[in-house]
Amino acid sequence: MTLSAQDFSFVSTLVRKEASIVLAPGKEYLVEARLIPVARQLGAASVGAFLADLQRRPNTAHQRRIVDALTTNETSWFRDREPFTALTDVVLPELVRCRGAQRRLRLWSAASSSGQEAYSLAITLTECLPVGWSYEIMGSDISTEMVKRAEEAEYSQVEVNRGLPATQLVQYFERSGAHWRVAPSLRRNVSFKLMNLTTPLPPMPPFDVIFLRNVLIYFDVATKKEVLRNVARLLRPDGWLFLGAAETTIGIDDNYERVAAGRTSAYRIRTAAPNGAARRG
Amino acid sequence: MSRMRAMVIDDSRAMRMILKRIVSKLNFEVVEAGDGQEALDLLATMNEVPELALIDWNMPNMNGLEFVTKVRAETRLREMTLVMVTTESEQSQIVRALAAGAHEYVIKPFTEGAMIEKLALLGLVPTGANS
Repeated sequence: MTLSAQDFSFVSTLVRKEASIVLAPGKEYLVEARLIPVARQLGAASVGAFLADLQRRPNTAHQRRIVDALTTNETSWFRDREPFTALTDVVLPELVRCRGAQRRLRLWSAASSSGQEAYSLAITLTECLPVGWSYEIMGSDISTEMVKRAEEAEYSQVEVNRGLPATQLVQYFERSGAHWRVAPSLRRNVSFKLMNLTTPLPPMPPFDVIFLRNVLIYFDVATKKEVLRNVARLLRPDGWLFLGAAETTIGIDDNYERVAAGRTSAYRIRTAAPNGAARRG
Repeated sequence: MSRMRAMVIDDSRAMRMILKRIVSKLNFEVVEAGDGQEALDLLATMNEVPELALIDWNMPNMNGLEFVTKVRAETRLREMTLVMVTTESEQSQIVRALAAGAHEYVIKPFTEGAMIEKLALLGLVPTGANS
């Protein structure tokens, strides 16, 4: 579904007035992608229904949610930092010890949105892997438009300001008109696929690390279970899963155990049955 | 803990106001200067050097790049964290500023969140101050 012209005009006028941000025509997909979780959280059947209701009955709090969704929640580079620090300090050193024979790692940025997380992972691996190692990163998203944007790898000035150190901007990006494009040296290691995490996933080789952050919060428990089950099949037995700070597998899927990873936590497949599992069986 | 100090150096009063508002919210004490020379003159009178300077590039009297170069050459000012905040967006300009000694570079226009994230990268505000 794409936003109607009237809905888009309503949102762009609101965001312009409240946050001085101009949403040019063509950004309908962005507006919709950002408003899906808001509409769900507020109990609306769809983004269209949410906006129609709001236009009929103005609600300041809901308008604020729209502005927030389109501004402060913008995807950043190295978002939240800690998972990337954990990757550098804990996960990659261990994987380098264990994968000496292959010297190749596979990572998955599930729900990759416009690609910043996948390319942030690529920068991290480029800087941290020993000489002679290679890596492959797959990003996936449910939105065709987002997959297309991520593949294009072009970001505005505003977007490259978000969390990307200037040294890495000049090292891993090149100017493309008024925008910045991820350099080919990173792009050739990163690919994107259209994927719905709640449906059976296509067969793929397993991953050493999966970033599945800020995705589960939007799902009900049954869907969370389904997504975690799907993801577990694609995580190597000694692989690492990173969730968002407000997410956990605890109480949802006992096949994972939470482990410390630097100053944050990650999840790994349990090597033995969880406590009590044998008795339950 | 005593408040950290930030110096906002920009010839645009409106831009100084925007930056002042952002760093004040982060509990910085703010001093303002309209160009690089005024900033250096002000620094010479200060007993305690500000922890942070947000610096425009194009200003009269002394531009931001010259200011960065002069600050880096002065031992007393060594601890200042220097962030360029400018419309200059060419890759070569960013490289020049970093080579001269700027720690970070924010391209105008920027959002408040972007500025806070940059300051978090520099360890001047806690990670997550933006959330």
